Amino acid sequence: MGSLTIGAKYKTTLKDPGTPGILRMNDDKFTFTPNDPRSAMKLNVEFRSIKGHKFNKVDGNKPALLNLSKDSDKGGGYMFEFDNVGNRDLCRDFVARVLGKHQGMPPRPTMPPEISVPSAGMEQLSAAEVERRVKLLREDSELQKLHKKFVLGNILQESEFWATRKNLLDDVANKASKQKPGFKTAMSDVRPSADGRTNKVTFNLTPEMIHQIFAEKPAVRRAFLDFVPKKMTDLEFWRKYCRAEYLLRTKNTAAAAAEAAEDEELAVFLKNDDILVKEAKLKIKQVDPTLDMEADAGDDYIHLPDHGILRDGSKETVDNDSEFARRTLSQELNRHAAVVLEGIASDVELTDAKSVAEALARSKKEPPSTSAVDDTSHERLLKVARMTEIEDLQAPRSLPYAPLCIKDPREYFDSQQANALRSLGASNDGRKSRNCSLSIEEAFHHLTDQISSIKVNKSNCTVIQSDMAVKVLNELNEGISRSRRLNLKNPQEGLLGRVPQHTRDELMDHWTAIQELLRHFWSSYPITSTVLYNKVQRVKDAMTQIYQKLQAIKESAQPDVRHEISRLVKPMTQALDAAFSHDLEQQQKSAKAGNKSNGF
Amino acid sequence: MRFDLDGMPVHFPYAAIYPEQHAYMGELKRALDARGHALLEMPTGTGKTAALISLITSYSLANPSRPLRLIYCTRTVHEMEKTLAELRLLFAHLPPAASRSLLALGLSSRKNLCVHPQASAAAARDSVDTACRRLTASWVREKAASDPESTPLCEFYETFDRAAAAGDLASLMPPGVYTLADLRALGRQRRVCPYFLARQMVKYANVVVYSYQYLLDPKVASIVSREMQKECVVVFDEAHNIDNVCIEALSVSIRKQTLEGAERNLRRISQEIDRFKATDANRLRAEYNRLVDGLAQRGNLPISDAWLANPALPDDILREAVPGNIRRAEHFLAVLRRLVRFLDGRLETENVENEMPIAFVASIHSSAGIDQKMLRFCYDRLHSLMMTLEITDTDEFMHIQTICDFATLIGTYTRGFSIIIEPYDERMPDIRDPVIQLSCHDASLAIRPVFDRFETVVITSGTLSPIDLYPRLLNFNPVISRSFTMSLTRDCICPMVLTRGSDQLPVSTKFDMRSDPGVVRNYGRLLLEMASAVPDGIVCFFVSYSYMDGIVNSWHEMGILQDIMQYKLVFIETPDVVETTLALDNYRKACDCGRGAVFFSVARGKVAEGIDFDRHYGRLVIMFGVPFQYTLSRILLARLEYLRETFQIKEGDFLTFDALRQAAQCVGRVIRSKADYGMMIFADKRYSRHDKRSKLPGWILSHLHDAHLNLSTDMALHIAREFLRRMAQPYDKTGSGGKKTLLTEEDLQNMAQDEMEM
Repeated sequence: MGSLTIGAKYKTTLKDPGTPGILRMNDDKFTFTPNDPRSAMKLNVEFRSIKGHKFNKVDGNKPALLNLSKDSDKGGGYMFEFDNVGNRDLCRDFVARVLGKHQGMPPRPTMPPEISVPSAGMEQLSAAEVERRVKLLREDSELQKLHKKFVLGNILQESEFWATRKNLLDDVANKASKQKPGFKTAMSDVRPSADGRTNKVTFNLTPEMIHQIFAEKPAVRRAFLDFVPKKMTDLEFWRKYCRAEYLLRTKNTAAAAAEAAEDEELAVFLKNDDILVKEAKLKIKQVDPTLDMEADAGDDYIHLPDHGILRDGSKETVDNDSEFARRTLSQELNRHAAVVLEGIASDVELTDAKSVAEALARSKKEPPSTSAVDDTSHERLLKVARMTEIEDLQAPRSLPYAPLCIKDPREYFDSQQANALRSLGASNDGRKSRNCSLSIEEAFHHLTDQISSIKVNKSNCTVIQSDMAVKVLNELNEGISRSRRLNLKNPQEGLLGRVPQHTRDELMDHWTAIQELLRHFWSSYPITSTVLYNKVQRVKDAMTQIYQKLQAIKESAQPDVRHEISRLVKPMTQALDAAFSHDLEQQQKSAKAGNKSNGF
Repeated sequence: MRFDLDGMPVHFPYAAIYPEQHAYMGELKRALDARGHALLEMPTGTGKTAALISLITSYSLANPSRPLRLIYCTRTVHEMEKTLAELRLLFAHLPPAASRSLLALGLSSRKNLCVHPQASAAAARDSVDTACRRLTASWVREKAASDPESTPLCEFYETFDRAAAAGDLASLMPPGVYTLADLRALGRQRRVCPYFLARQMVKYANVVVYSYQYLLDPKVASIVSREMQKECVVVFDEAHNIDNVCIEALSVSIRKQTLEGAERNLRRISQEIDRFKATDANRLRAEYNRLVDGLAQRGNLPISDAWLANPALPDDILREAVPGNIRRAEHFLAVLRRLVRFLDGRLETENVENEMPIAFVASIHSSAGIDQKMLRFCYDRLHSLMMTLEITDTDEFMHIQTICDFATLIGTYTRGFSIIIEPYDERMPDIRDPVIQLSCHDASLAIRPVFDRFETVVITSGTLSPIDLYPRLLNFNPVISRSFTMSLTRDCICPMVLTRGSDQLPVSTKFDMRSDPGVVRNYGRLLLEMASAVPDGIVCFFVSYSYMDGIVNSWHEMGILQDIMQYKLVFIETPDVVETTLALDNYRKACDCGRGAVFFSVARGKVAEGIDFDRHYGRLVIMFGVPFQYTLSRILLARLEYLRETFQIKEGDFLTFDALRQAAQCVGRVIRSKADYGMMIFADKRYSRHDKRSKLPGWILSHLHDAHLNLSTDMALHIAREFLRRMAQPYDKTGSGGKKTLLTEEDLQNMAQDEMEM
């Protein structure tokens, strides 16, 4: 493989200016000799002690760094600064090769920057994959805890840890592709900011805001498509727009009218939006008749002009002689909310204003529905019927569903735990005596039916048959009240209520840890390779440790909560016991049959 | 379900009934038995409409001597739609023989019913009317008979006319329930005019649903044929504002623009007269002769020429003969010119003037030489003239009609009115905008003919408290007057009075406090906190448009609005009905899809008048402030004075009553049924005072706990969270323990049996 000699600076910390010197590397070790012979920063390190390496992304005038880490989670290591990226990369590739040889893995020169995947497993990971994992860990603290405990604790390998969570990774990937964010509910407001010293106001427009402006003000969109770039540039257009906004904001009607008279492009922004008016005319025909106030205005014989009481203070007389500056905040709010509800058309990309405007204009050009449709429309009738009927007088018409009432999920699942506890502890409660009309076969068939039906029409989530659902919920809720009755006098308190907070958290942690370990444990059987064998051994050790810890918790508990704790710990220890005994059995079997039966 | 009520079988469209509905029906039956008027208050969300229509229908089915004639008056078209939907449900539950023979329909203007492709495209109501007249007026059709090429007619009207002539209208419209949309669909399908068909079929219909004005205007009411009238049952639903509707029906105001327009109209009329004199002098002479005979215009007019317009006039004056000195067109025109000139002179005033009609008429007589009788006939004479002159574009003649309405009113009524001339609007003293306002103070004037003509008039609403005030305001004697409370399965309404913000400073819309930034901020914080805690829809009511505008702008400046929008979308009522309707539609969409929304609205506004915010459309209503009327308004002052002198109602009492009924009306819109639930926050420190609070209807007061009378924002938030959690639990909807809140057929049978035994 040869060796490499290169000039570099050794740094103890990031801030350290570094000691310039010569870095020499060969297959077994690397040495650093400072230029200044008096310096103590001499290094002679064997590559065996190096676990990983990191490097930084180089942009601008940041120095190119390479970090050879001794112990991946402690972060100790050797940091070198190079004169340029080329040198660094040369060095990095060399280190990667050497390390790969030492750890029995192929070199990975394409490691993504600034993400350390310590003690990397056997797999090739794409940058996206790693990113997704890191993201998952960041979002889910429980997962992060487990990851830290097992992977960094060298009990499980990275790949093993993630192998059981394939679906999690896929789901995230799917979700990312399916759902697109809509407009923000909050109105992004084009607010002027003045710097206070000069007589100048500044507007800030982001691409997102431009998108929103185009969606909410079709007239501006049309003007943009008409004017840019034939008549004016992008910047000029927005300058005009902001000027108009400013005039509106200051409610300077006279100035607005004057400027609009001089500048016909500016006038576009000040006038009422005629496209919106047209759209409103179409939409008004489709509104629910139970709120159609427009029909009302058409009917009322009282609201003739000059009839009725004019100045009693409740009616505001608006002078609508000016066509400018009549746009109000309320109109903008209504319009904004309507646009948010409509959502973003799928093919709109937030790149440049022109394409956004074109895409929006395209999506708006749907064929307008004819007015004749509305009268016979069944939907309208249904809407009215829904608005008029009195729901609780009506005999239930559609599938009745039992409302789910989980006031506190903790409490709910506590009681489930109590149920599990009872069934594990070879029951002496009334659960079996309960006369359940639902036989096991029936339930199973139902379940399989449900599953297959879901498989068939994936997204069309079929409604579960109501009576069945009610039964299941009743059964579950029964458990809540019973466990309360059995265990506690005070119904407000959960099963965990009296256990001290830190013990509770500790138990929860252990429980999740045990679950994870058991999953790995059982999935490794039958043991067909040394890798699996090693894994089982590691997992078993970890389980033994937790087992001891659990015992310790049980013994150290206060007498008044000892009973509760032991009840809580029992299912955990039972599950662990089952695993241990299985392991023992296997060992005995293999001892009897020699090593042949397991195939190695 | 079907059950017996005092020995009478009642058909009810639902499987169960609330006890208060049962009691309500009992009272209603007593009123029908006694052939007298009734005044019934029942909380919103207990199914008044269903109870009303099913009892009245069942009553006439059980008494064949009293066939079903029901006139159901709603305030708005959308309420009309809802009522018709309930009727449809009811008819489906009646025995088939009955439901096959019953006809129910809604009636509205041409604007809402026209199916003619060109005429219906016009935007305003008056333009549709005009477009229709151009195609259907009798002289147009006469002309078309001689010259079919150049005169377009409405094919829908022609079909109607042929069927009407053949007496064959019933075959065009089989029995059933017709909403406005159904009528239009029928019209398109059969190529017949739905508007005239509906107006004609009103004579034969068993149930007619239309808005108040159709009944308050005697000319429209007379469409219902006279023989049937006595038998009719008239229902005014949501009638808490009926006094205001009545006084509005008789109020007219004249501005500078009106007078200018009227002069233009007069010039045009004079040109028309000259034209007719030159070409067709016989027409004018014929009119003169008709007027001498005292026929005016009533009776034999073709349906397409008849007018539906203001003002509401007593029936008797419509039948007198037109006085001699205005029978000639030129003379009448001269009278109108003098009147316009006189009014113009009065408008020039610099001071506010307040006069009684008698004095005003006297001054007209002395300075313009027009006596009271001539004034009274202005309205009639004008319409006769316009008919003679074959004027179809009536919307152009709005202004002169207004002047004639004004003249007729002051010529007819001597008391209960005042004429107030203001040179400018009080709130904008520097802008000169003179106006002559004829304002009616006495609600009983407009509704008097209705009470006289029909033997049973039912006035009902969710808010008629105090119930003894309405008979005084409307001057009638109900045989039944009762207020029902609500029996609730659970405490599904949660009224609260919020007096302080989270900083413990009082909140109020009192004049001196409303613009205080602290109050504005506290109101904003309240809404923000609630938006974060309450699911689905929140409705906010403000005391006026200007206040709403101001506070929303301040919230916007403060950034509170942006914070609110983090939780929910915001929609606002605007003076523009189209925009408001669309905003409401979107609001419902936002609630339906689970996004949640806030709707800002105005007490006394159009939304507060009749839009329901039930179920998830309104889990919380916040009433910001007490919706008092603008107390400096001279019209209001004049009305208060009149009320004090005539009915001995104190000013303060009336103002509080009026404000609180509006507030109650606003918050009452959240409940549709007992399965529904909602919170109501009265955010003003004045609500904690007993004199204000006690004016709220009983069903709200009974849920207003003492502990909820003086809350700050954080306390209210806590209560809201508790309430919402409680409401999310399953419950037994038939009621637990001794009191049943939902009666089934079986329960009702048992009740009947118990009574028999006793």
